[in-house]
Amino acid sequence: MASRSVNDFTIRVATVNGSGSQSSNLVITNAILRLGIPVAPKNVFPSNIEGLPTWFDIRVTAKGYQCRTRDVDVLVALNATTWQSDVTGVKPGGAVLHEAAFPVGGETARDDVTYYAVPFAQLAKEHFADKGDLRKYLMNMIYVGALAHVLEIPEETLEEGLKAQFRSKPAAVDLNMSAIRVGIEYGRENFEKRDPYRLERMSGKTEGLLFLEGNRASALGCVMGGCTVAAWYPITPSSSLCEHFIDYCERFRVDKETGEHKFAILQAEDELAAAGMVFGAGWAGARAMTSTSGPGISLMAEYAGFGYFAEVPGVIFDVQRAGPSTGLPTRTMQGDVAFAYTLSHGDTKHVVLLPATIREAYEFAMEAFDLADRFQTPVFVLSDLDLGMNSWLAPPLPYPEKSFERGKVLTAEDLNRVPSWGRYRDVDKDGIPYRTLPGTKHTNAGFFTRGTGHDEEARYSELPDVWKRSLDRLVRKHETARNAVPAPIVEGKGHRVAILAYGTTHHAVVEARDRLREAGLELDYLRVRALPLSPEIATFIQRHDRVYVVEQNRDGQLYGILRTELPTHLVQRLESIRHYNGVPIDAHAIIDPLLDAERAPAVVAE
Amino acid sequence: MTVNLIGLTREVYKGLPTTLCAGCGHNSITNHLIKALFDYGVEPHKLAKMSGIGCSSKTPAYFVEQAHGFNSLHGRMPSAATGAKVANRDLLVLGISGDGDTASIGIGQYCHMIRRNVDLTYIIENNGCYGLTKGQFSATADVGSTQKSGKVNDYATIDVCGLAIELGATFVARSFSGDGKQLVPLLQAAFSHWGTAILDIVSPCVTFNDHQGSTKSYAYVKDHDVVLHTADYIAGGREVSVDYEPGTVRDVELEDGSHILLRKLDVDYDPTDSMLALRTIHEAGARGEFVTGLLYVDTKSQDLCERERLPRDPLVRLEEEDLRIGRDDWEKLMHP
Repeated sequence: MASRSVNDFTIRVATVNGSGSQSSNLVITNAILRLGIPVAPKNVFPSNIEGLPTWFDIRVTAKGYQCRTRDVDVLVALNATTWQSDVTGVKPGGAVLHEAAFPVGGETARDDVTYYAVPFAQLAKEHFADKGDLRKYLMNMIYVGALAHVLEIPEETLEEGLKAQFRSKPAAVDLNMSAIRVGIEYGRENFEKRDPYRLERMSGKTEGLLFLEGNRASALGCVMGGCTVAAWYPITPSSSLCEHFIDYCERFRVDKETGEHKFAILQAEDELAAAGMVFGAGWAGARAMTSTSGPGISLMAEYAGFGYFAEVPGVIFDVQRAGPSTGLPTRTMQGDVAFAYTLSHGDTKHVVLLPATIREAYEFAMEAFDLADRFQTPVFVLSDLDLGMNSWLAPPLPYPEKSFERGKVLTAEDLNRVPSWGRYRDVDKDGIPYRTLPGTKHTNAGFFTRGTGHDEEARYSELPDVWKRSLDRLVRKHETARNAVPAPIVEGKGHRVAILAYGTTHHAVVEARDRLREAGLELDYLRVRALPLSPEIATFIQRHDRVYVVEQNRDGQLYGILRTELPTHLVQRLESIRHYNGVPIDAHAIIDPLLDAERAPAVVAE
Repeated sequence: MTVNLIGLTREVYKGLPTTLCAGCGHNSITNHLIKALFDYGVEPHKLAKMSGIGCSSKTPAYFVEQAHGFNSLHGRMPSAATGAKVANRDLLVLGISGDGDTASIGIGQYCHMIRRNVDLTYIIENNGCYGLTKGQFSATADVGSTQKSGKVNDYATIDVCGLAIELGATFVARSFSGDGKQLVPLLQAAFSHWGTAILDIVSPCVTFNDHQGSTKSYAYVKDHDVVLHTADYIAGGREVSVDYEPGTVRDVELEDGSHILLRKLDVDYDPTDSMLALRTIHEAGARGEFVTGLLYVDTKSQDLCERERLPRDPLVRLEEEDLRIGRDDWEKLMHP
C-alpha cells in the first residue's frame, strides 16, 4: 500500500447526467466539509438534460486550494460508456469504486489501483424495488454509503450532510439515509481497505464559511446594489444568476401588506432586447442589469455601443463560457475579455470588472451599479462558469456600509440654481457630464438621448469638430474611470519574475506560486481586477524582468490589451501563458510552461 | 392665449422645425400629435418620446421640445420603452416607429412588446418604403406595388394591425396621416388606454413612394381608404353629452374613465370583436383597400406593470432601505 494520503486528494464521480447524481455528490461534499476539511468541487457537465457523461470532481484539500487538479485519486465509476477512459485516467496508486457489472479486463484491469466493486443496480433493485422512479436516485445514494465506508466518513457526519442537502425536503432524509446505509453495509461486508486515502477531522479551516456559487453571490450583490430592473434571456452558465436574483427579490422585496413587487424582472425575447430594456430602464433612472454569456454578449453589441455613446448606465453580467459560436456551453473560458472591453462598432472602450472570488462576485456586482451610475455607461462584470456555477468556500459576505452612488443627476431644484445646463458638457473636466431623469418637473430638464452624433447640448450634429470633441471627452471619462475601478492586488515583493492574472485563474496561481516556491522559484504576483488598466499595473511590470500573463483563452486576450496599451519597453517584459481546453485551469498549466521558460529545477514538489 | 386643461399653450407642445421632406406624411402626423397632446393635456415632463431609426423615428424631435426623448436603435425601441416604463410607470410613453423599423428589423421586439402589453402608444408611420436609404421596399409594401424605377414587389405584405391582433394586442387602430379629424381622437384614446396601443398610420413618402403604381401614394390612399367610423374622444370625468341617435354610435369606455365615441358609417362595426377585426382588415386588403378607425380594443387585460405587480409609486423612487435586505435577515443568510 502506498503511503497514506490524508485530506489531500481528488474524488471523481463519473455518471450519466439526468440521473440525479448531483444530490449525492453534494451529500459527500457536505460531509467532508463537516469534518472541517476544505473542498473545491468542480462540476464538469454536458450541454444536455439526460444521458450524456458528466463528472463531478471533489478536491479534498487541507491547504484550502480552490482550483482544479488534473489528478484523479479516487474514482466512482457509474457510467458504462466512459468506464474505460475513466479507469485509465486514475493516478497510479488510486482507488476505483465501480459498478460490479462493468468488466475489468484489458486496459481497465490495472495493477496499480485498488478496485472496489459494488453491484449498485442489483442492490437498488433488492432494497428499493417498490420505489419506482426514485430507484435511480437511491442507487446514487448507495454510492455515497460505499464511498463513505472506503474513506471512513462517520455515519452521523453523512446524515448531517444529507440533512443539509435536503433542508427543504426533510421527508426525503430517512429514505435516502437508508440507501446510504445499504452502501455502508455492503462496504463493511465486502471491502478490505487497501488504498491510501484518508479523511481526518481538522479544525480552523472551514468553520463559519459559506459554501456557495458565484452566481448566487452576484445575485445578492444585485439586491444590495439596488438593482430594480433585470432583463434576461436564459443561457448557460448565467441563468442561475438571474434565477437567484428572482428568488431573493421574491423573498425580500415583496411588500407583505400589498403584495407589490419592488422589482421588475423580465424574461426578454433575446439578449439584445434584454440589453434594450436595461438601457431604457437606466435612462429612466433605475438600476438595471442583465446577465448572459458569450453568445448573448454578441447580440448585445448594438446596445452596448449605444449605452457607451449616449451615456446611459446599465450593468451586464457575462458569465463566460467556451466560445467562439455556441462553443462549449457548459465549459469555462475567459473568452470575452477583449470583446467585451471594446464591444460595439466604432471606437469604444468599456468599464469591465473581473471578479475572482465569491467576495468579489458579490462586491463587484454592487460596485458595478455605482460605477454605471457614476460614469453613465455600461459596466461589464466578467465572471465565468467556474466561478458562477461551482460552489466555493468563502467567508460571510459583509453588509454594505456604503450608500448608493447615483452620480451626477440634476434634480428640478438643481436646475433652478443653474442658469443653463448641457447634457454633454464637461463641466468638471473629468469627462463625466450631468444628466436629468425623465419625469423631472422642470421646463429645462428635457434633452434628447441619441446614438447619433450630438453636441454638448445633446443636439444632432455632423460637424467634424463636434464629433471629435465628443469622442475625446469619452476618452477623458475613461481616464477618470482608470483610477476609480477596483485596483489590482499585489502579492510578493522584490522578485525579478512575476505572474499577472485575473478572474478565476487566480486560484491556480495561488497553488502554482506555493509549489514553485517549494521548488525554489519565488514569484511576485499582480491580479488585475478591472479594465481600464490601473496605473499600478505599469509600475508593477516596470519593477520586474519578466511578467507571465496567465489566462484561460487561446489568444492571450489580456496579454493583447496590455501590449496595446503599455509602452513598448514594458511590453517586451511580458510572456503569455494560456489555458483553453474548457475545464478550469490547474496549477500545472502554469508551473510547467513557467519552469520551461525559466529553466528552473525540474522537479516540483507534489 | 388659449391654454389646455393644465394651463399650457399649444406652443409648449411644439418641437424643433422638421428636417423631413416638404409634404411628407410624417409632418402631418406630427401636427396631429401636437394637437392630441395639447388637447389631452399631457404634462411635458411626464412624456417620454421614444423612437427607433429612420425618417419616422426623427419625429420625436419635432414636438414637445421640453420632454425627454430617446432615439434608440433601428427596430429596438420597444425594448428600451419597456425598460423605461417598468422603471417609471408614471411616464406617458410614446413610441414612434416606421414600417421598416417595425415590420422588418424590429418585428421581434414589436411582437413581444404587444405580447407583454406594455402600457404605451406605438405609432407606425407607414409609407411602405425605406426613405432614408432612398426608397427600397419595406415589408409593408403591397404585392404588385412598384418602386419609382418600376420595380415590382413580389413579396407578401405584412399587415402590422392584423399581426398585432393575432398577438393579442389590446388597442389597434389604423388611420391616414391626412385625416386629422379621425387621428387626433384615436391618439387621445391611445394615451388613455392601459396597455399597448398600436396606431398604424399610412403616411405617404413624397420623395420615393408617391408615384403611379404605389399603394401608399396620396392619390391611392385617398381612393382606397375605407373609413369605418368617425371618432370623438371625451376626456375622463366629463359627461358624455354628444347628441346622437340611438344605434348610430358605439361608446367605448377606456380604463381611465374617458370615452371614445365611434359614429357608424356604412356598417355597424364592433371594435371588441377580434375575429371581425381580422376579417375586416384582410378582406379590405384583398380588395386593395385599407380600413381606418379603431379596429380592435380590449380594456379588460392587465398591462405589464399590473401583471408584474409593480408598486403605484415608480421603481425609480425606491431607496436603499426599500431595496436592501435588512441586517437581521442578512445575518441569517450569512450564518445558516
